[in-house]
Amino acid sequence: MNYLPLFTALPLLGAFLIPLLSKIWERLSDIIGNIITTLLLILSIYSLFLLPIFGNIYVYEIGKWPIKPIPLGIVFTFDSLSLLMVLIINLLSFACAIYSITYLDNYTGRWKFWTLFLLMVAGLNGIAITGDLFNLFVFIEISAISSYALVAFGVEKEDLEASFKYQVIGEIAGLTILLAIALIYSKTSTLNMADIANTFINENKGTLFWFIISLLTFGFLIKSALFPFHFWLPDAHSQAPAPISAMLSGVFIKTLGVYALSRLIFNVFGLNRNNASHYFDILIILGILSIIIAGFIALKQENYKRLLAYSSVSQIGYIFVGLGIANFWGITGALSLIFAHALGKGLLFLTAGPVEREMGTLDINELAFLKKRMPFSGIVYTLGALSLAGIPPFLGFFPKLFLILGAIKEKMFWLAIVLGIFSLLTLAYLLKITNKVFTKREGEEVKESGLIAISFLFLVFLILILGIFYFNYLEPNLISKASEAIIRGIEYARLVLMR
Amino acid sequence: MLPYLGCIILFLIGIYAILTKRNLIKIAIGFCLLEYAVNLFFAFIGYKKDALAPIYTNAQQARNFVDPIPQALVLTAIVIGLGTTALLLSVAIRIYEKYKTFDIKEIKRLKE
Repeated sequence: MNYLPLFTALPLLGAFLIPLLSKIWERLSDIIGNIITTLLLILSIYSLFLLPIFGNIYVYEIGKWPIKPIPLGIVFTFDSLSLLMVLIINLLSFACAIYSITYLDNYTGRWKFWTLFLLMVAGLNGIAITGDLFNLFVFIEISAISSYALVAFGVEKEDLEASFKYQVIGEIAGLTILLAIALIYSKTSTLNMADIANTFINENKGTLFWFIISLLTFGFLIKSALFPFHFWLPDAHSQAPAPISAMLSGVFIKTLGVYALSRLIFNVFGLNRNNASHYFDILIILGILSIIIAGFIALKQENYKRLLAYSSVSQIGYIFVGLGIANFWGITGALSLIFAHALGKGLLFLTAGPVEREMGTLDINELAFLKKRMPFSGIVYTLGALSLAGIPPFLGFFPKLFLILGAIKEKMFWLAIVLGIFSLLTLAYLLKITNKVFTKREGEEVKESGLIAISFLFLVFLILILGIFYFNYLEPNLISKASEAIIRGIEYARLVLMR
Repeated sequence: MLPYLGCIILFLIGIYAILTKRNLIKIAIGFCLLEYAVNLFFAFIGYKKDALAPIYTNAQQARNFVDPIPQALVLTAIVIGLGTTALLLSVAIRIYEKYKTFDIKEIKRLKE
């Protein structure tokens, strides 16, 4: 698996080739962008089959600086959890890249979009595969900076305002993470995540340890937009271009926030329910508040994309409840929800593109009175919404099932009841759009263009097939292995360092 | 101890500026102060009293060297900070072109 650096090198190569080559022919940027995302998808599916041969963890030493006896260089560590994240990122970026070809006809500066898009993908892939703490920070900043620019891509008044807000808040989170990294370095004199874990085993868990944990949690909770740190998300995610909204809600907040936090908390600092039950209780409480408050705000939204953005905050709440339950079932639920929400919410945000383009507005009440209808988008939207709300044959059903099972296993029956009741809320606010926008019987029928339809069908196909074969394929081969990678805690350090 | 105290004061000034100022440029300046505070703190971590610069010497006995890694990391962080500051200011300029003001009280087209 020594092709591991390609996950970041390929999109970086594409990002820097595009400004040069698009001077020749602007459409070349579409072609390069799609080739790169397709190659990344092929690589990540190839890794899915290759990783078990390597014992589910592979360590790549950059520049052949040996990891033994002391880790001097930077390493990429690729385990089942990284594999899950890389697969999600590249599935969604593949769909968004196909979609963007026709979607970008509304915008000028096509090559700038592709450069930023590929930079963002490079950063996201880097976060998922890196095994070095400062490297993690650099990749977080690469993807964050390109996302700030992409939110402002339309350069309308609202876009710029949302982008400014997002930048200030995102950078405060970034600096908090940097401060935590500085403190960790001062304590351990190493930046390799496995080595840090090894050092902290023997340390007395004093005030400084918990100060570092709180700084990291603060930073990553802002990045993942859990209540009460969610206030920037509805603006940023509703003002971005549709494929970028899909990427941001689908994979961005999960890679930057959920993945990075759970990697550090479980694998590096070795927290679990036995030694830090208060920490996980806080995550559960914030998660529940997020589910309820963001759910009710979503219910009274009048804007298509703002409704979906608040829904993302609410779903992030479910993911954090799963992490807070912190047993095998809860974490499997959280990781399945990361997968299901990436595909489902990505799909819903993508449907906003043709609607805005053909109908000229995203206000739900105005859309309800327009004499135009889009049956195909309507069906696609409804399938995605049903999956997110957890209706059985679709992929979105299983995460909620696992979360409820996990809560019951931890003897938290009230939590199981709350989770069960509030998944109905998800159905209520998501079907509000179906009800008002997509159930019209009369009016002129508007068709979506071919490439956009292909990206819709790709995601719908995945949601259906992976839902039907969930227990036959997805859960045993991918998700339960990834949650074992989280559960094993600081065993991670031994696996990485003993290579 | 005094330099660390300086870092904390700089950090608090930055937070104060971001939270209370209404002018976009002043918010950007506050953000810069915040960033300098963190970078300065990071650079101090590698410092040792009476230690040498970590350059190869011919000395026979073991010498006390300053830790060079925080300096290298801070350089990276400064470059990243340059990128974010530049982006922040360029968005602020575009906002000024659209709204003809830097006052955040007047820049609120996005509803709650």
